[in-house]
Amino acid sequence: MIEGAVDVLATRYAYALMFVLMGVGMYMMIANQNLVKKLIGVNLFQTAIFLFFVAVAYVEGGRAPIVPADGSDPGLMASPLPHVIVLTAIVVGIALTAVGLALIVRIHAEYGTLREDTLREVRADE
Amino acid sequence: MSSAELLPALLIAVPILMAAVPIALGLWFDRTGWSVTALTTVGLVAGTAYLANAVYAQDRVVHVLGGWDTPQGIGIELVADPFSTLIIALVTVTAAGLLAYTRVGGPRGNTFYAGYLLLVGGLIGLSLTGDVFNMFVFLEIVGLGTYAMISSGDGPESAVAALKYLILGTVGASLYLIGVGFLFMATGALNMEVLGEAIPQVAAEGGSDLTLLRAGFAFIFVGFAIKVAQWPLHTWQPDAYQHAPDGVTPLIAALVSTVSAYALGRVMFDVFGVEFIATTPYAQEIVVTVGAVSVIAGSTLAVIQRDVKRMFAYSSVSQFGLVVAAYGALTETALVGAIIHLIGHGVMKAGLFVAAGVIAVSYGVRTVDEYAGLADNRPFVAGSTALLLIALIGIPPSAGFIGKWYIAVGAVEAELWSIAAVVFLSTMLTLAYSARLLEKMYFTPAAPVESPHGTGVATDGGGGGSGILIDSGRFTRGSPEDVSLGMLALLVAIAISAVLLGFAGGALFEWLEPFTSEVFN
Repeated sequence: MIEGAVDVLATRYAYALMFVLMGVGMYMMIANQNLVKKLIGVNLFQTAIFLFFVAVAYVEGGRAPIVPADGSDPGLMASPLPHVIVLTAIVVGIALTAVGLALIVRIHAEYGTLREDTLREVRADE
Repeated sequence: MSSAELLPALLIAVPILMAAVPIALGLWFDRTGWSVTALTTVGLVAGTAYLANAVYAQDRVVHVLGGWDTPQGIGIELVADPFSTLIIALVTVTAAGLLAYTRVGGPRGNTFYAGYLLLVGGLIGLSLTGDVFNMFVFLEIVGLGTYAMISSGDGPESAVAALKYLILGTVGASLYLIGVGFLFMATGALNMEVLGEAIPQVAAEGGSDLTLLRAGFAFIFVGFAIKVAQWPLHTWQPDAYQHAPDGVTPLIAALVSTVSAYALGRVMFDVFGVEFIATTPYAQEIVVTVGAVSVIAGSTLAVIQRDVKRMFAYSSVSQFGLVVAAYGALTETALVGAIIHLIGHGVMKAGLFVAAGVIAVSYGVRTVDEYAGLADNRPFVAGSTALLLIALIGIPPSAGFIGKWYIAVGAVEAELWSIAAVVFLSTMLTLAYSARLLEKMYFTPAAPVESPHGTGVATDGGGGGSGILIDSGRFTRGSPEDVSLGMLALLVAIAISAVLLGFAGGALFEWLEPFTSEVFN
């Protein structure tokens, strides 16, 4: 059991790292009181998923998936599909961050705070 | 390529492109948003009708984007089948109808209508897509549209509610994306049809790829549980529904979670398949348990709410729990019941939130206690609300009844007594919170303290003579803002259609036959 786990860690350490990064992002999202830092946590969480997809596409000894101009066989390539997925997901992530920051700016303008606990107190008073 | 095959792409592209028009026109004109949106949504309804006609004739209309016909599995497909056509019919008709409310009730402004069209385009895309990654993109477009719509309210509360939904919704969509990644690792495909064929083979081989598939299912289910608002991941929904502007809540309550629940059903039945869920240990049990617990927790929380919009929001948690539990039954009848309940719940909840909006505008009340004596002062609105509540409980003939009926029959067929019990329990619990509101509206006399507008009327009437009151009718009863005829017509139309849908059970069953027989063969 332990041997198997060590074996997996030695060969698939990238995946393990991604999930650690994901956990860090999620912890930041839940535990941090600052709204901007929460949003950074969301970003970290998403970035971990992007890295996971890039790791999935990796091929041992493969090169970048670009076909040469003369159309010759480029040989072993990394899978291009996950890269395309990640590019799209990054664009989506940027849009989400922009909307989230706009909302935070509005919350700050209305309540004068960025901290969740203070926000709760202010709202409870109203 | 026939004209019907172009329609799926047009139905998505047109609203998203038209979303830019109100903003562009806003450079010269102030209030063009409503007209542009009305024109577009009516066009979408017509397009959906044409598409439905084509689907009726040939069961399936497929549009492959970008000319990637071969090799299959890479090009993004848009698929219109009976299930997705029914959902986009709900989306387009509701989006067009609710404009009757927002014309006078607001929110106003060209940017609002740009967001409205973007949301509608995203919802149609989410319904039509035949590619699991494309589904993620549309899930996020719908999310972005919804966050913008919720925060279009004036109060600061709406921004907080929108941010809460943004963080939770992003996590939900991201978990779904991880699940898609696992599916891609196990099968190398993203197209739903290809995945649907590959997954049984991979599952039969077993080994580590089967583990990947199971992990993928788990991530996708939890991701959708957030988007559909299943207990205990529902916490964004009451805040979002309560603090969104009155004109927006019917739209998001009727459509956003409904289309997410549709997407969950699509992935469960078309991608994973009945066989996979039935053979995976505990998968069916977990799906049924999540649904059943949501029914009970959602209804119980609804009973104790004071704010009417919040009560309806918790009611949505419980009604979607019923749909998820019905998915878990894995029988043809229960699946049809779940689909009918999705449509019926969308119609009824749109109506109830429109009613809550109309009452808030005309009468200025928002809590259950303040609804006292409403039937005397606002007979039309109170009558429509009562009709919709009775339909939601599931008293025949109504949209709520046929959905629950099919779910219960399907559960009994599969001998899943827990689901049958949950259907019965959900009816009782729905009765509990509906009866509370009905009792307030019809049997509790309005106390002068509780409805200040009522006393205002009395003094006005006493001082200025009753002639003014009779001439101006119910609109001027101490309300600062008027209720437009469009709002009332919309409310009555939704109430009537909720009842009429109760007679459409057989027709819907037949319409869905090509889809369900393909899933269960």
